[in-house]
Amino acid sequence: MPRILTGNRLETGDVLWWHGRCWSTQIKDAVEIGAEGEALLASLIAAERINDPTFIEVTGEPGAFVPTTTRERVRASGPSVRADLARGSLSVEAI
Amino acid sequence: MYRYDQYDQAIVDARVAEFKDQVGRRLRNEITEDQFKPLRLMNGLYLQLHAYMLRVAIPYGTLSGTQMRMLAHIARTYDRDYGHFTTRQNIQYNWIKLEQFSDLLDDLSKVEMHAFQTSGNCIRNISSDQFAGAAADEIADPRPYAELLRQWSTLHPEFSFLPRKFKIAVIASDSDRAAIQLHDIGLQLYRNADGVTGFRVYVGGGMGRTPIIGKVVREFIPVGQFLSYSEAILRVYNRHGRRDNIYKARIKILVTELGIEEFTRQVEAEWATLEPLGLDAPQAEYDRIIAQFADPAYEIGAPDTIDLSDPDFKLWVDQNVHAHKQPGYAIATISLKPKSGIPGDASSAQMDVIADLAEKYAHDEIRVTHSQNLVLAHVRKVDLYAMWQALAAADLATPNLDLVTDIIACPGMDYCTLANARSIPIAQKIAAKFENSISEQRDIGELKIKVSGCINGCGHHHAGHIGILGVDKKGEEAYQLLLGGSGAEDASLAKILGPGFDENGIIDAVDKLIAFYRSARSAPTERFLDTYRRLGAAPFKEAVYA
Repeated sequence: MPRILTGNRLETGDVLWWHGRCWSTQIKDAVEIGAEGEALLASLIAAERINDPTFIEVTGEPGAFVPTTTRERVRASGPSVRADLARGSLSVEAI
Repeated sequence: MYRYDQYDQAIVDARVAEFKDQVGRRLRNEITEDQFKPLRLMNGLYLQLHAYMLRVAIPYGTLSGTQMRMLAHIARTYDRDYGHFTTRQNIQYNWIKLEQFSDLLDDLSKVEMHAFQTSGNCIRNISSDQFAGAAADEIADPRPYAELLRQWSTLHPEFSFLPRKFKIAVIASDSDRAAIQLHDIGLQLYRNADGVTGFRVYVGGGMGRTPIIGKVVREFIPVGQFLSYSEAILRVYNRHGRRDNIYKARIKILVTELGIEEFTRQVEAEWATLEPLGLDAPQAEYDRIIAQFADPAYEIGAPDTIDLSDPDFKLWVDQNVHAHKQPGYAIATISLKPKSGIPGDASSAQMDVIADLAEKYAHDEIRVTHSQNLVLAHVRKVDLYAMWQALAAADLATPNLDLVTDIIACPGMDYCTLANARSIPIAQKIAAKFENSISEQRDIGELKIKVSGCINGCGHHHAGHIGILGVDKKGEEAYQLLLGGSGAEDASLAKILGPGFDENGIIDAVDKLIAFYRSARSAPTERFLDTYRRLGAAPFKEAVYA
């Protein structure tokens, strides 16, 4: 199952996904993480600028990854009860 | 209401300065997240699903119009224009940025507010009766004693690293509107047979993973000694409470494992050594604090009738207005459960409206209830209609207090990292079935539905007439159904009725429960809870699962 890398920006708490060179606030930009992921994760942890960096499992294709857990789908979508606060790249219906 | 003195303000200013320095060091990477996390949690700052969440303390749920206006300013300036009033009588903001946090703390401290001791293993915000000082059935205002507890517990060095969090509630009437038997310590002020005022002391109550109703550790402690007695309880807990297992660390587990007799013996022995030390507040300090909770300047001879010719207004008065101890005055509850709303949420504009109305009509006092509503406690009856019109214009006049749509719901998995399932959509979908007919809601009568998104129970599901608990079932949201709980003076713990449901299933199940109750109640005045207690679980279970 594909995995992607997520975390929260230290300064703002924003939910982020790794898109290959830096971070995006949209899960649609996320890239699949391969064997290089462990070294990337270690460097992020050492840098201490991203809180709780972690891999999550997803289904689907690049550009349309959907996390396998409800919690991560909510993180990607925004609160399901506030359409005005939706992040935009994963619909509430996908939760 | 209580105003800070120089010592209160100095404590807050020093703590704000300390935490601002810690925030700065974290932002400059001078400390790691592992080092910073316990510091931010001690200052009410969590990292939740979408962003940082800040929990601001509202001592015993009382605040002024100025403070409410500041909460609106915080929502507008640092968050996304709303806040969430909690079951601990506090407020939470869901979209806080660490880089703006220092400015936010400065703003809060300008109005004698802060966020510390809203998290961590310390004595949390003291809670109380939302009708305190106004209720006709109380023997005195309980808030001066809650305030003494606040001062005693604030940054108390001995109790800043308890085995687990610790919650205290104080009331002064036989009607329990603060769920004191479900707190670590519950204090009920009353007058004994000799006419002496003191507290009945409950200990070891709580909800969460192991729900337990508190037991009486002392039937009567004179009011002048309740602080040292509380200290004795905390000392026994701090000494023997389990630190090896987070799930067994609350005082309720210690009381259960020791037994109430042995726990009481240890507390009494500890108190025997403490009491002579003079730890209790001197009478002058009692007098100083009690004076700050003196009755507002009521208008003597204010008309004691209400013009109920407007039927919508009459509906609201019937449901949301309570008797006041002062003739000509009333207690008004503002429902934060409007149609399609999120329980406990208020926009900054609504907070400003409430602040204005409190200043204009309610002697500048607002209360937060543990049911996630707000109260204006001192309103002249002649002002109720104008106030209601202003509330209605701001979507704050839903006449549903204690009815089926007045549902408690924790933030659940829409916001919370601990949650296993979403709570708010469940509350909304249940409410949607009834919210278009107030007459149907009133026919159903008092019905307290409480929804938690995880076993920690912030939605008080164990105290619900109908309780709903979100669980994780192989990665999917699922919901357990519980019946028969009460957080009132007739405290009881809700019990699981049967197998759990998916989202649609739990909505249907609640529908079936209510339909069965309406067919089975002995009279229209028999509450859901009373029908359940009279008939037992079996017929309700059959109604749901058959």
